[in-house]
Amino acid sequence: MVSRTTDDYETLAKMGCVAMSEPAFWAGFDRGSADSFRDYFVQLTDFERRRAAQYCVQHFTWLCINAKEAENVSLSREVIAMIPEFLGRPGVLGIGEIGLNKNTRNESIVFLEHLDLAVKYNQQILIHTPHLEDKYQGTRMILDMLCGDARLARHRVLVDHVEEHTVRAVLEAGFWAGMTLYPVSKCTPARAADIVEMYGPDRLLVNSAGDWGPSKPTAVPDFILEMRRRGHAESLIRKVVYENPLEFFSQSDGFDFVPPDVIRTA
Amino acid sequence: MDTKNPLLLTAAQVLDREFLEMRAKVLELAASLDRLDRAPELATEHASDDPPVEVWSDGRLEKLQQALRCLLDGQDCRAERVQLIFSRAYEDQWRTSLGLEPA
Repeated sequence: MVSRTTDDYETLAKMGCVAMSEPAFWAGFDRGSADSFRDYFVQLTDFERRRAAQYCVQHFTWLCINAKEAENVSLSREVIAMIPEFLGRPGVLGIGEIGLNKNTRNESIVFLEHLDLAVKYNQQILIHTPHLEDKYQGTRMILDMLCGDARLARHRVLVDHVEEHTVRAVLEAGFWAGMTLYPVSKCTPARAADIVEMYGPDRLLVNSAGDWGPSKPTAVPDFILEMRRRGHAESLIRKVVYENPLEFFSQSDGFDFVPPDVIRTA
Repeated sequence: MDTKNPLLLTAAQVLDREFLEMRAKVLELAASLDRLDRAPELATEHASDDPPVEVWSDGRLEKLQQALRCLLDGQDCRAERVQLIFSRAYEDQWRTSLGLEPA
């Protein structure tokens, strides 16, 4: 959680969080060189893993150049060429979060080149979908590109930030779907609970945003409370917030998760 | 619609639980529309050469009005339909439009 303070790790740990996956994303500014990304990947795969471990939170990560910076195709290609250096590091789950931001030609080109990278190195894929008025078109474009690539194993691809108008298409195409929870904008805990009720828990995940803007890393506990207040079984809640992530992430070689009921040796 | 994990609360329980929140959201919207009514078309304290903007023909307000009509039409899937009102339409020829494939 490069955008958050250490206090957030502590709070998450106290709320029962045992592991997290952090996508490579925007730094709050557009980076100027591939070396900037090299340092960032070291931060994600080394420093953040150790920072989280201080609070018994197991940290996993995804690597890519995010959609916001993918408008710069030449820089993107330099970063994509460097990513394999980091794929074998502990805790690396795959390529992500790639995707679209403003649904442009350059973003599409870089998205397709990330897909090639994932296939070449047999990596799982985490996908960002655009927000607000661009989400519907962008999600459909992403599904067009994914479904047009017969090399991809759909059960190893997670399409994130789904909402009411995009979740059905993602699930029907055979992909995993993630709902990113925000306090007010985008998907709220109550609306995520509605979606679980309407579509069932299979291949659905919820996640909190640790963003630069207003966001709440502890939004998953808010979802849990909302589900409990509606009377749902703990087994259903546990499937969405714990078992589903384990099932999806376990398809990555880098997922060296130790369940919290196992005694760990130093 | 077909629901996989039906709500365990009755409709009366949902209304009891959410009425005050729903009421508050409607009031916020009403107050926002009143605020738009009360706001002058031009800044008063600082002279501006900008022409007045007729906000009631702004496409964003038209979408809000469409969404409000959707809430009252008695059909299901309101959230999904409201999302689509605020979304750009899907253009299936996007690859050609972006020059990724020949026309």
